[in-house]
Formats: sequence, C-alpha cells, structure tokens
Amino acid sequence: MANDQLVKPIGGPPSEVEHIKSRSNYLRGDLVEMLAQPLTGGLPEDENRLMKFHGSYMQDDRDLRNEREKQKLEPAYQFMLRVVAPGGVATPEQWLVLDELAQKYGNNTLRVTTRQAFQMHGILKWNLKKTIKGINDTLLTTLAACGDVNRNVMSNPNPYQSEFHAEVYEYARKLTDHLAPRTPAYHEIWLDGEKVESSEVVGEVEPIYGPVYLPRKFKIGLAVPPSNDVDVFSQDLGYIAIIENGKLAGFNVAVGGGMGMTHGDTATYPQLAKVIGFCRPEQIIDVAEKTVTIQRDYGNRSVRKNARFKYTIDRHGLDWFVKELHDRMGWQLEEARPFHFEHSGDRYGWVKGTNGKWNLTLYVQSGRIHDEGEHQLMTGLREIAKIHTGDFRLTANQNVIIANVSAQKKRKINELAEKYGLTDGAHLSALRRSSLSCVALPTCGLAMAEAERYLPSLVDTLDLIVDEAGLRDKEINIRMTGCPNGCARPALGEISFIGKAPGKYNMYMGAGFSGERLSKMYRENIDEKEIVDTLKPIIQRYAKERNEGEHFGDFVIRAGYVKAVHDGTEFHS
Amino acid sequence: MQLQVTNSPFSQEQVELLNRLLPTLTESQHVWLSGYLSAYFRAAESVPAGTALQVVSAPPAAPAASPVPEVSISAASREVTVLFGSQTGNSQRLAGSLARKLEENGFQVTLSAMNKFKPNGLKKVENLLIVASTHGEGEPPDNAISFHEFLFSKRAPQLENLHFSVLALGDTSYEFFCQTGKDFDKRLEELGGSRLTPRVDCDLDYDEPAAEWIGNVLNALAARFSSPAAAEAAAAVLVEAEPAASPSEYSRTNPFHAEVLANINLNGRGSDRETRHLELSLEGSGLQYEPGDCLGVVPQNHPELVDSLIRELGYSADESVPVNKKGEESTLRDALLHHYEITVLTKPLLEQAAKLSSNGKLQELLAAGNEKELKSYTEGRDLLDLVQDFAPWQASARDFVSILRKLPARLYSIASSFKANPDEVHLTIRAVRYESHGRQRYGVCSVHAAERLQEGDTIPVFIQNNPNFKLPANPDTPVIMIGPGTGVAPFRAFMEEREDIGAEGKTWLFYGDRHFVTDFLYQTDWQRMLKEGSLTRMNVAFSRDSEEKVYVQNRLLENSSEVFKWIQEGAHIYVCGDEKHMAHDVNAALINIIAHEGGMSPEDAAAYLSGLQEQQRYQRDVY
Repeated sequence: MANDQLVKPIGGPPSEVEHIKSRSNYLRGDLVEMLAQPLTGGLPEDENRLMKFHGSYMQDDRDLRNEREKQKLEPAYQFMLRVVAPGGVATPEQWLVLDELAQKYGNNTLRVTTRQAFQMHGILKWNLKKTIKGINDTLLTTLAACGDVNRNVMSNPNPYQSEFHAEVYEYARKLTDHLAPRTPAYHEIWLDGEKVESSEVVGEVEPIYGPVYLPRKFKIGLAVPPSNDVDVFSQDLGYIAIIENGKLAGFNVAVGGGMGMTHGDTATYPQLAKVIGFCRPEQIIDVAEKTVTIQRDYGNRSVRKNARFKYTIDRHGLDWFVKELHDRMGWQLEEARPFHFEHSGDRYGWVKGTNGKWNLTLYVQSGRIHDEGEHQLMTGLREIAKIHTGDFRLTANQNVIIANVSAQKKRKINELAEKYGLTDGAHLSALRRSSLSCVALPTCGLAMAEAERYLPSLVDTLDLIVDEAGLRDKEINIRMTGCPNGCARPALGEISFIGKAPGKYNMYMGAGFSGERLSKMYRENIDEKEIVDTLKPIIQRYAKERNEGEHFGDFVIRAGYVKAVHDGTEFHS
Repeated sequence: MQLQVTNSPFSQEQVELLNRLLPTLTESQHVWLSGYLSAYFRAAESVPAGTALQVVSAPPAAPAASPVPEVSISAASREVTVLFGSQTGNSQRLAGSLARKLEENGFQVTLSAMNKFKPNGLKKVENLLIVASTHGEGEPPDNAISFHEFLFSKRAPQLENLHFSVLALGDTSYEFFCQTGKDFDKRLEELGGSRLTPRVDCDLDYDEPAAEWIGNVLNALAARFSSPAAAEAAAAVLVEAEPAASPSEYSRTNPFHAEVLANINLNGRGSDRETRHLELSLEGSGLQYEPGDCLGVVPQNHPELVDSLIRELGYSADESVPVNKKGEESTLRDALLHHYEITVLTKPLLEQAAKLSSNGKLQELLAAGNEKELKSYTEGRDLLDLVQDFAPWQASARDFVSILRKLPARLYSIASSFKANPDEVHLTIRAVRYESHGRQRYGVCSVHAAERLQEGDTIPVFIQNNPNFKLPANPDTPVIMIGPGTGVAPFRAFMEEREDIGAEGKTWLFYGDRHFVTDFLYQTDWQRMLKEGSLTRMNVAFSRDSEEKVYVQNRLLENSSEVFKWIQEGAHIYVCGDEKHMAHDVNAALINIIAHEGGMSPEDAAAYLSGLQEQQRYQRDVY
C-alpha cells in the first residue's frame, strides 16, 4: 500500500453522499424503518442513496407527476430493481423466476440493460423485500447492481467461440464475486438475516472498499476480439482477451474509460480507456482489486461529477497509475499484445458454436421484454425457458441470446420463437438492429428527454432515408440517451443523440464502428425535423461517396463533418 | 391561562365570575360544561328559540340579561317538552321550529335531544312532542338510542297523564319506513299516554306534512288549554333570547347556486374508483358552516335516463307539467331532470303507478302475500324499469309526474373548514356506477358531479348543520378520527379547522381504501399535516394491496393499548363513512379494545362506549 505520497489524493470537503455513506453503518442507514413507513411509497434522500448499493433506484412515473400533484397524491413512487448477471448469463430457472416476479410485483416487463443486467420496473416499496427475496432464492442478487461499487461485470456472450466464452465468463463471475460488498446489511434488510454488530465482525467489514466504498461507480468489461460488443474502452477497467494458438493467453488491460458527462461543463467528458499492458488470466483479479483500491484512495470524493476513475487517471497521469498499480500488486504487467476489433454489434439469428450447440440471437427493441400485439416476447421467452436446457445471455446491445441449444431442441425453440413473434431482426434495417437506447422517461429520474419510447419512431423516419439511399443492410451504430450520463454509451455511437429537453437533443457523429474512437457534437439542441434535415444529406452523401467498407463514423470524419476524437479531453474542443 | 379583560372577550365582572368558578370545577364538571356550552350555542344557532332556559340563564352578555322569570303555576301547566332524535339535523331543525311556534303561542317549552333528556323526568311530563328520524334499517339515530332503549325497557314508567304526538321522518325507499317514529308512537300509547294528534310519517320531502303536523299539534294543545294568555312574560324573554346572528337567506327550501371552482378526481390513474373533490364558492351567499356540518346538494338526473324515460312513455319532452304543488310548471324534460326522483322505486310509488297501468302484473305484484317479490323487484330498479315492465300506461304526462317524489337533495359531509377557506366549501364525492338488471346505473348526484359538472357551472346547495358531529370545544382534547374512503371528508375539515385555530391537542387519523397508490384520498394534505405536527398520528389500511385484506378496524386493534390510553386521556372518537360494515366493525373493535385494555366484560365495555356516546365523546356520521 505504500505510496511515496508525491501524488496526493484530491482534497476538498466530502460531498453529501460521502456523509450519507459514512453514517450509514455499511449501507444500513434507516432503511428498515423507512421501508416500513406506511404513509409514503417513497424513501427519504439518504435511504434512496443507500438503496442504490442494494440494487434499486427510487423512481416515479413522470408522466403522472403533475396530474397526481393536482390530485393531492404524492408522485407514483416505484422502484427499479437491477439484477446482477455477470456476462449477462442466466439459467432458464432463473429466467422463469425473474419473469414471474416482474409479472407479480413489477410492471409486466423485464429490461435488458446496456450492461447485460436485468431490470424490473414499477415495484412498490412494500413489495421490494418479497421481490429481492425471490431473486436471491434463485441464486441471483441485486447487491451492488447500482451504487459506488463495482457494477455488473460485462463479458462477450460470444456464440461462435463457445470455449472462450465459457472461460472469459468464468473470469467475469470471479471478478463479480471478488469485488462484491461484504456488508451483512443486505442479508439483514432483505433476507431476514441475523443482525451482525460491526464490532462482532472479525476483521474488516469491507476489506476492499472500506466504510465509504468508492467515490463513484466502477465498471469492468471483458471483450473477446474481434467483437467489441462490451465497448471495452468505455469501461473504467477493460480486459481484452488475447487468444494465442487457440488458447486464452491472458488479457490486455485498459483503464480510465467512461461515458458520463454534464451538459455545459467541459470539465466533464466521455473518455476512452487506455491499454496499459497485459496480464495472465489468473492475474486478472489482482489487477482489478488493486485498481479499485487506487480509485478508492485517489478518486475525487468532493465533487461527484468529477469522481469517476477516468478523471483520477487524467488528473494524475497514466504513468503514475501504472506505477501505483505495480507497487500495489508487487509485480508488473507485461507489454500489451496486438489485438483487432471489427465491430461492436450483435450477430443475429441462429449460429452454431464450436461446441456443436446452437445459439439464437433475438432482436429486442431497446432491450424491453414485454408483450405487445403479436410480438409476445415476454410470453415467448417464458415458454422457451420452460423447455430450454442451455442458458440465456443478455448482450451489451440489449438483445437476448438463447444459448447452448441442443440440435434436438433447436426445432422446438424455433417453433416457439415463430409462434410468439420473436424475431432475429432479419426483416429490419441494419440501422434499427444497431440501435441502442437507455430507459429515460417515464421512470428514470435523470432523463431530460425521451429515449426508449422515442428512438424506434425516429428510426422509422430515418429508415425511409436509409432505404432510399440503398443502405438498408448497412450497419450504422445509432444510440440515444435521455441525459448525458451515457447509459447507452452515446459517445461511442456513429450517430448519437443526447437529450437536452423534451423533444430536443444534441447530435453527435463520428465514433468508431468498433468502439475505438469517440463521437463529437455536430448540432446542439435540435428537434426531430432538424435531426432529419441534418442527417438526410449526410446519409445520401455517404451512400454515394463512401469508400469500400468504409463505416459511417469514419466517413463523416473524412468528409469533414466532425473532427476525430481519440481522447476525451478533445471531446469538447 | 388566567382569564383577564385583556386576553378574553369578557367584561371585568364576567372575568371575576368566571375566575371564581373555573378553578373550582372538577375534571368531569369541566368536560360536562364545555360540552354543554358548545351544544347550547350550537342549538341556539340552528334552533332560534331559547332552549331549555329553565336550566340555564340566558347568556350574560345578551341584552335581555334579566333573570329568568319565576315559573308561575299557570305557566307550568302550559309546559311542553319537545324531544328530537336526529342524525343529520332535520329532526332537530323541525323540533326547533316547533318549539319557536309553541313559544309564540305562549307555551313554555323544554327542547332537548333525546340523549340529553333525563328519562326519569318523563313521568312528570304532561305534554310531549317527539320528532324522530329513522336511520339505516329501521334503527334510531345515535342520539335517540338511549331514550329508545329506556322506553322499551322495564324501567319505563306508566304515563297515564301524558299527552303526546310524534312526527316521524323517513324515506319510503327503505323497508322500515319511519320505524323509529312508529316505535315511539306505539310505545307511548302502550305506556298509557294519549295522542294529542295522530302521528305523521314524512317522506324525504317533509316540509308540507311536517308543517301540517305542527299546525295540528298547536290546535290540539290550544284545545287542551282554553286560555292562551298566561305565560306572556316568559315567552317575551324567550323570544328576545334569539341569537342576533342573521342567518343566510339561503336554505334547504331556497338553495344557493354555488359556482364550481374546482372539480378534481382524487383517484390516480388505474384506480377502479372515482372520487371527486369539489370546491364550491359560497361568496355572496352569507352561508357559513362548522366542521362536521353537511352540504345539501340538489343534483340533476342523468339526461340519458330522462330521455329514455320520455321515449319509453311516448310523451313529448316539451310538454308542460307541474313541478310542485304551488302550480309552477316546466317542460317534462326539465321536470324530470331537475324536480322529480326517477331512480328509486318505493311501494307507495308502485301503488300510485298501478292506477295508471292496465297491466295486471303490477296489481299482482302489489297484492297481499307478495311482499317479498315486491321488495326484490324494487331493489336495483328505477322508473324506466317500471315503465318498461308494466306497460301499457294510460296516463297523461301530468298524471304521471304527479305520482313522483320530489328529487331529494343529497347530503355530503363537508371536507373543508370555513375558517381556513373563507367563502368556499369542499366536498368529497365518490361516483357511484354499477350494473343492475342488465343496465348501467348511475348515482344521481355523484355522477352528475363526476360527469357533467364543470368548473364555472353552478349547483344549488344549502348548509345542513350537524350538531351531532362536532369537534370538542376544548382544542386541547385529543381527537381520534376514523374515516375510510370518503368518510375521511369531515376529518379534512376538522384538521383544517384545528390548524387554523392553532389547536394543540393530539390528533390521530385512521384511514383506509383499496389501493395505496391510487386511492389515498388527500394523501399530500395528510403528509403535510403530519410533517408540520398538526396531525399527530396516522394509520392506514389498504385492503387490496396485500393478500389478506386489512381495514381500519384492524389498525385500531393493532394499536389497542395506545387507543385506550387516548380514550382515558379524554379523547373524542369520531367515525365517518359506511354504516353497514365499517361503522359496525369499528364499533365492535372499540368495544374489544375497551374490554381488553380496561379489563372489562364485553357488556361493560359496550356500556362504557355508550357512556362515551352520551357524553358526545363518541360521535358518528355514518351512512
């Protein structure tokens, strides 16, 4: 742990959230009492902050906020529950449990997040405990799905290279376990665990995190080239699997990525993780633990919007970080090995893995699993889960893979998929298949504009332009978020929109097709008409003038619409 | 607080008298006096005759501050006792008006609610006039229960010297029409009393028959006492003792057209209920009210039903028909919309209708022995059913409307404090909609409010005082309020009032409905009051949110020891809302709590609760 102290942690008075964590006694606070308070469906600010560590955000139906105020009713408070699923993997049994809980206590939908986790929405305060208990009974957890801790670890759900998937997934799981909070608060509050007094705990309660946890959330993702579906450069800590001679040789380590920023504050920006070296597979845990402790000790605890790991790195320099990491590990990373990413999207439809099993990647619009008209996605997946013997995988692009299907089951699953209107997206434009959006309105408290509910209809309009230009099968990554926090990784979209106000978006272009370059703002605060008027000539020109194999993001830079952004510090310039 | 001229509205002399008296009072005397004073002044407001003046002298500040005249022997022989049993205040008002008329005619009147009348004094009463309403399924109103029980008990004395008459109020759509009045009438006769004049049973539109009965009573009494001269002095004082406050010109018979300021659905989206919060303007009306009072609302019938009815009968909507007995006329459509009741079938109505129909089935239904079938037929049916089921009709539109009852006003417990909302009155009205016999049915007033009353419209209203549902006179007295659903309305008025006057006593509200998210009426009001401390405690029960249904009575029982503690501290308990289930279950829960916490037998606990009711510490506004 010894550091020469030449580099001092950034000072300043701790933010209010730091105080909340500090007085919470390892995430307990007054949660038990406030959850039982019967006159409000909500929680006070302190408890709401703590709830994030337990995997939940208090939200309200923002569509009804004004109406309910007039009706002398408090906002329609409800809770989003996020379920940790390392690498997005769940068994059919787990799927059925989540499906049932979503029907019983949630709003009859499940949502695939952009980090391969499950989300349930619309859970009332009084049903939280039952829901969380149900989740835990099926050996899943919500602990650390949100909050200032390591979040759901992403990994490539690769249906082609089955053996690598299994191996890499195993590391995603180990990282999750190793970095999980140890506080007994979660068991006490949700699972009727016996209350353990802190003084009785042998050793430290949180050996990695300490009593105030991290300054901000921390994200880890594992990519298996040539796919960069997990957007490894958007992670605080990214691992790029290096396959040599048909074996997993280890991982390149990339640090300091992140998407979030604040409108109008150029001290905040999206950043790409930088590759700093290579480690052996078994060293991956040590690298992660020590990286987390460095951020714990050096991250900004005074100003939350500058608290992500990317700012810690940019403030002190990459060299400082590598030295600090080597000091803490007591060993050194090797030199990074060559790798090559080709894309960041999903490969839809049936694919046979190297293990001889089949995988069906289904297109899920905006990651929302529900029944709508003839598209009975929720029912269809439930029926499939009842007979499926492999697993389910959530992708970083918010799709679902029915994985490890035996040849015998393939026909039956295909029948069910057809019966319930499940789709591999083959009939959809490549633009739509490459679209990503966050939840935004009406449940997300941060949203300034629509995303999940709006992107599909915007794509309807853009599809006409794309069709006319003959680009129906050309993949263009298009992403939309309702606020600049970046849940759908908009700074890595070839075309992206970040909400400013209802119906108004900043438009960005020029990110790399495989996630290696950031986008740049092209137009500010525009509405749908301006979006269409702006994009139409660019798409038409791209159709005519693109080079062989040239991606849209590369073209807009070559054509001079925007400058290439290889580092977050250039994002606003 | 020591009373002084500077901190009270009293004169030096009054302050001295009060300061001499007050410290000598025991706690029970104190409670009794505060209840008495509030009841006295309230009675004085709604009953402009001096009441029970033999017991208490006129208020010292009144102009006629002379001592009460000695009761002369000749005056005593002209004593008349008027007792009322009233739930919503109609009987009380009529009794007051009767008392005034008696005094004008030189009688010396004792006017009292039945539960305030010492029954052992009954033996001495020579002239007894009773005005009593009937509640629910033939039950006496709350303030008549003890007197009713006494009369029917073994303790009831023989009353050979008694001359009596009964005015009974009721509603012919109920099976036990005017039952309480009938009970009193029959029982007094059994005990040896003789009737001054026959009992009169009034339907909802009671004004005319009641006036007639009062006339009959006056005549009968005049006949009993040949000379009307004797007690002029007393009468003079009594008349002068009328309160100076000038009541509004608007009343039940002359309602004020109040403008709708707001009409909000209090139930959130997704609720299977609809509860309207109406805010009405009383500006310019001179109308005032106190927490616990009701607002009478004169609704309109549903236009769809009116139009179907006219179509079915084959009349012209524009045909002119009388709308009252004064000879005023309007078009048939207007008359059915605004003046006549068309949603309720009563036995008298069917009997009248039978004369207008040649359909033998109606005669058959009314025939002796078919009472059960008749009752079952009238349930859940309206005039349109009758018209459809027993055609053909041989009657003119004029004949037809002549058999209809006047469209009655609906009474709603006021949900606002006048002090906190000057010139406004708020109501909490749950829309009643249900299907019956294959057709959608609508509550007349509630659906009028929900569907057809817009902001800016006006609706005829009047204030109906409810002296039997009043906050304790002492603002420090703890208050327990039990009001699920729209029963919470008067408690919003209570709480607003207490906030306005800065009452410091503890308050505890029990509320319930189906779903927390959509049905928590006035949720943000209660949250604010809790935060600010004017509301001390609140317990809620949402019956459809959990697997096992929970109601307010469960919450009461869960807080048994605390509830009993509050009762022992002198808390007043108020219950408002559904009578059949809720009020009954809450009553049982309270008995249970008193028995369990007070170590009493269930019978003793029930008696204890009745005692609270007698002391007006347990008041109900149930329907």
